[in-house]
Amino acid sequence: MNIAIVDYGMGNLYSVAKAVEHVADAKDSIVVTSDAKKIAASDKIIFPGQGAAKDCMQALDEYSLQPVIMTAAKQKPFLGICMGMQVLMQMSEENNGIDCLGLYSGTVKYFGNHIEIGASETSYKVPHMGWNVIQQQQNHPLWNNIKDKSYFYFVHSYFVYPEQPELTAGVTDYGVAFTSVIAHENVFALQCHPEKSAQAGLQLLKNFIHWDGSASIN
Amino acid sequence: MSLAKRIIPCLDVDAGRVVKGVKFVDIRDAGDPVEIAKRYDFEGADEITFLDITASSDERETMVHVVERVAAEVFIPLTVGGGIRKVDDIRTLLNAGADKVGINTAAVFNPEFVQQASDKVGSQCIVVAIDAKQVSQPNEPLKWEIYTHGGRKPTGLDALKWAEKMQQLGAGEILLTSMDRDGTKIGFDLELTRSISEAVGIPVIASGGVGTLAHLADGVTIGKADAVLAASIFHFGEYSIQEAKSYMAEQGIMVRR
Repeated sequence: MNIAIVDYGMGNLYSVAKAVEHVADAKDSIVVTSDAKKIAASDKIIFPGQGAAKDCMQALDEYSLQPVIMTAAKQKPFLGICMGMQVLMQMSEENNGIDCLGLYSGTVKYFGNHIEIGASETSYKVPHMGWNVIQQQQNHPLWNNIKDKSYFYFVHSYFVYPEQPELTAGVTDYGVAFTSVIAHENVFALQCHPEKSAQAGLQLLKNFIHWDGSASIN
Repeated sequence: MSLAKRIIPCLDVDAGRVVKGVKFVDIRDAGDPVEIAKRYDFEGADEITFLDITASSDERETMVHVVERVAAEVFIPLTVGGGIRKVDDIRTLLNAGADKVGINTAAVFNPEFVQQASDKVGSQCIVVAIDAKQVSQPNEPLKWEIYTHGGRKPTGLDALKWAEKMQQLGAGEILLTSMDRDGTKIGFDLELTRSISEAVGIPVIASGGVGTLAHLADGVTIGKADAVLAASIFHFGEYSIQEAKSYMAEQGIMVRR
């Protein structure tokens, strides 16, 4: 099994790579790469990302990775993490509006437009940073051996709002109930960081490694 | 539903070794940061903070290797503080697998550094450590001042105003240590914790003085802290992280379990 972790200069991939190695089998090959050929040739793709939407989209352009990412997202097991989930949408409100990859209809919204930000009892701190629960919305192979409402680690100020509600595979509540996980065919994408989410996160990565890319439960 | 309150064990690291005697009977090497971090992760720690107390600057590199080794085996957020002066220091630690860095003295001497750092790597990676001491007299309104050098040098800076300023400059979190309570085991300075927590819109980690599980819970319920940090009560095996979480949950505090 060849797993490519897409490196487009947005964020540190050391932890992602180490977490995947930690749960992979010895025969699996895990490569962190920005080489479109290697990404195209791999069996599975992990698409992480940190930072602002504008920078992420620019970086994908500079590395000429958009076509290979879009192709992979239609063909093989694909795991989006954090910004790697957000940029799958049509557009993001961040940086005054940024066109994204448009794999799914819907937008990426700013928390501050939906909840009150501040230090009072009724307001929320943004970024949404820390441990929060994901309420599983579908049966999915990637939820195997992960209890519903398990805690995962989040760091973000924007969240995705897909137009098709059936894409939502997990919901998290932070003043507003938002889609924290999307699943569609061979794509599974999360807002949280499985590589920093202790046992639940490692289990999810393990499930991804063993996933054949179909959404049905065996 | 909101975020779980975090429990953060803190490890002092000197030249790559955990010091101040962590005592777990079943750990082979109590000085090995990786072994200890794994143990805390297994017990349910929400995050681990490493404080680099290495005196000599030529051994800075050692801490980077410690972070790399820990991050390769422990998959929870890691914070590293101690001796961070430059944006390059921060980048190096983040690339080694740290999620956040703690800035203390450098912020006091050069507040703009906090802004520079948060502009470059994002507020979410920048924790400003504040060491505060009560300076008001018994008949005065409570007042705290920032101290450096382990609580020895006063700076004339008011703790509350300083915390607000750090937030404005881009701090993503405040690690608040009461120098009056540090090492005393009589509990957090709850007035200090509450004053700062209510003044800033970023998470506050309470630190300094924990001796019992009730102290941890008080930090959240009375001090309004988002996270509690402790060293000795966990290191010496007096309490496990699980016990701390069970206790806090019994007090109605939301914790990850």
